[in-house]
Amino acid sequence: MGMSWTMRDLEEWDARIRDKVAEYELDCYDQEFEICDRDQMIGFMAYHGMPSHYPHWSFGKSYERQRTLNDLGVAGLPYEMVINSSPSIAYLMRDNSLCLQILTMAHVYGHNDFFKNNFYFARGTRAELILGQVKMHADRVRSYVEDPSIGLEAVEKVLDAAHALSFNIGRNPAVPRLSPAEQRARALDRATGTPDPYAAIHARKRPDEAATNADLERLPLDPDPDLLLFIRDHGAYLADWQRDLIGIVDEEARYFLPQMETKIMNEGWASFWHRAIMNTLGLPPDIHMEFLVRHNQVVRRIPGDVNPYCLGLAIWDRLVAEEEGAWDPRRGLPAAPAAATRQKLFQIRESERDASFLRRFLDEELMRDQDLFAYEPRGNDLVVAKVSNESGWREVRDRLIRQTGTNAMPMIRVLDGDYGRSRGLLLEHVHDGRDLQLGYAEKTLDHVYTLWGREVHLKTTVNRETVILSRGTDGFRTRVVRDE
Amino acid sequence: MATIFRDYAQSEGLRSDRSAGDRQRHRDKVRRAIRDNIADLVAEEAIIGQSREKTIKVPIRGIKEYRFIFGDNQGGVGQGDGDTAEGQVVGKAGDGQGKPGQGPAGDQAGRDVYETEITLDELIQIMFEDLELPDMERRKLREVISERTHRRKGYRKSGIRVHMSKRRTAIARVRRRMATGTPPVSDPDLDAAEDAEDELPEDEMAEDEMTGNDGAAVAGTRFRFRKDDLRYHRIRPQVEPESNAVVICIMDTSGSMDTMKKYLARSFFFMLYQFVRTKYDTVEIVFVAHDAVAREVNEHDFFHRGESGGTLISSGYEKALEIIRERYHPSLWNIYSFHCSDGDNFPSDNDRTVAAANELCEVSNLFGYGEIKPNAWRFRDATMLDVFRRVTAPNFHMLSIERKEDVWPAFRAFLTKEKRPEEAPAEAAAGA
Repeated sequence: MGMSWTMRDLEEWDARIRDKVAEYELDCYDQEFEICDRDQMIGFMAYHGMPSHYPHWSFGKSYERQRTLNDLGVAGLPYEMVINSSPSIAYLMRDNSLCLQILTMAHVYGHNDFFKNNFYFARGTRAELILGQVKMHADRVRSYVEDPSIGLEAVEKVLDAAHALSFNIGRNPAVPRLSPAEQRARALDRATGTPDPYAAIHARKRPDEAATNADLERLPLDPDPDLLLFIRDHGAYLADWQRDLIGIVDEEARYFLPQMETKIMNEGWASFWHRAIMNTLGLPPDIHMEFLVRHNQVVRRIPGDVNPYCLGLAIWDRLVAEEEGAWDPRRGLPAAPAAATRQKLFQIRESERDASFLRRFLDEELMRDQDLFAYEPRGNDLVVAKVSNESGWREVRDRLIRQTGTNAMPMIRVLDGDYGRSRGLLLEHVHDGRDLQLGYAEKTLDHVYTLWGREVHLKTTVNRETVILSRGTDGFRTRVVRDE
Repeated sequence: MATIFRDYAQSEGLRSDRSAGDRQRHRDKVRRAIRDNIADLVAEEAIIGQSREKTIKVPIRGIKEYRFIFGDNQGGVGQGDGDTAEGQVVGKAGDGQGKPGQGPAGDQAGRDVYETEITLDELIQIMFEDLELPDMERRKLREVISERTHRRKGYRKSGIRVHMSKRRTAIARVRRRMATGTPPVSDPDLDAAEDAEDELPEDEMAEDEMTGNDGAAVAGTRFRFRKDDLRYHRIRPQVEPESNAVVICIMDTSGSMDTMKKYLARSFFFMLYQFVRTKYDTVEIVFVAHDAVAREVNEHDFFHRGESGGTLISSGYEKALEIIRERYHPSLWNIYSFHCSDGDNFPSDNDRTVAAANELCEVSNLFGYGEIKPNAWRFRDATMLDVFRRVTAPNFHMLSIERKEDVWPAFRAFLTKEKRPEEAPAEAAAGA
């Protein structure tokens, strides 16, 4: 099958799409489109889209897995892959039809605008630096691999361990990580009661540190959710190259964090704008028909699962409906929203993430319309426990929020870096009703032990009992902590 | 805001090859994980005689990417078609997938499609990839002369004409001429040489010219071939290794051989069978079960039937010898015999057993005895390992298997030992 388009076609359609982007006041980074084939696309997916990335076997696993799924027809390839960078880079599959290329480009501009403007991306990532950073990471990792005194096995061991902890990080870039001095000040304030807002007038001296009962020797002073950074900064048995590897993994995880936290918003946003652009672009009828089919495939419901494209788009549609008076999204495709509506949408796209977006805008009516339900295991079956009716919708929504982004991952934090006064590491699982998978917890503690080099302990709750899992030199132990 | 398009470039295709190293590394890990778990794999099904296409499920450990995650049975939220009702069943719990329906595969602690299944053939490759061909092959390979194939090997001065090497003959003549330096005026063997020359075809003469022999031009006569120049191919009958082999599995199925012991035996026989099969075109397999009496059985009965009563190991060996005599003559078959037992024999049978074992060693390429002693049996006195010290044939091997983890190392050790029979104990001492 020959290609049904030329580069010139793409450039022409891109120019028209960009007119629409300007008309709708989307605010994008420069955009680069790169044409790739299937194998390249699978490669980009395996390396998170990065043109250059450090090597690790897990990316090979990801590649093989994706290709196998694709070969078996279990999973298709995405039409597009976009990187949050400035300029933004997107890959277009060479074998896609002209319609799919136009659709993809329109969709990419939606993501591009989201990356540039959403608070969590703008504050949490450095789009203009990321490609260079990732490249430097790759160079450094390779230099350690090639260093005869280090080598592949040793590098892999640290990367394996760091990957295991990479998403155990502070989840909100709006809540900055406190410096040791700030933590110290806060600990002192806590020890001395409410700080005196009129200290200057009262002219009382700040209490002497030694005179307080604050335990300033504690490490960390506040529970620290950034496991990797804590280990990097306080691990006593790490070589410089190991610290560097840990920092690299942490840095890349932070870059991807906003994507996890805004999946529903972001895919809904891109789908919303590609639809508006495609509907006003003056497509030839055959291309337009193909677009309708493709669009419905992308935003369809996936029974039993939650399709972020589908749910995200439904919420954005609803926001438009609220602004512009009720219209029924099922009756016809909406034209682009009016200027005032757009301003409202822009504010929301700027300041929310999935958890807050769902909490604010997913109401009973919309949930009933989307037929969202909560299921639970009962015996060998998964059974619908709650549906989105008057009595159940809040719980369904709350559960949905709990499985969204980093909420789907257990929150683990460092309580003590000198546990038992023997340089042990005490972690705490902040239990929210969901127990850990203990087999995985055990293996993950092995990784923590690798990095920390001394005993590590994890306090968690299993079947409503407090349990401490420990990994020391003599292996793995579990003990139940009775109520004090 | 600007847009840049980069057209597809074939050379850019090289860039996707950056994954090649990582993919290879991952595959290595998969293979290593499989190798570490081989004892588990062979336990599950009757796979000894199976087709190599058969796929088996492989429980791979070690290449999962562990993280802190929530437990499997947490439930979740899904979307329905429009009228989902409470109490409706939407999927199966506890299969590790965590999600009902056929949504896109997530990064859950679930199954990875490509990790769970492997063909028997791949499994065998992985099992044997780092094992070298043991010397037992070379030493014991039966050489069966096949009359049909012959092979040229070297040259000689006499022979029949069809075996003559024109090239060697011409070279000999050139050498002779170089040595004499002058064209012969008269030659007592002239007539005979003429005869020989007449027999040489045209191309041989041409070759002669091309070697720079212009004797005809110089002396007006040719520098003739002599009988001495003639060279013939030495023809040797080709020795083809006979490619048939038979694995004779002898097992103690007396009451004391419990499920665990049979499982260990099965693991061992599977490896032996597969190993032999990598070396020969056709491998037959014979199962001999014995308690106080022996009979030939099929694979299923071999591993699944338990009998009660005493044990006479000699009965099993004698049955094996009988089968060999009838169907697998040692001049035509490579015979690998192996016996698994818990070592619990009637003492009065021991002499007869040793005699039969010696006889089996004579007809077999290899005769092995595996004593299966799970921990519970460690303190039993009865053991054949002591008795079999009396068997001194070099192709006899004993090994002891206590746990399933021992099977694969024991098998490997058994092949390694075969390779360097003298060094093994010294090495062990050095290591200690």
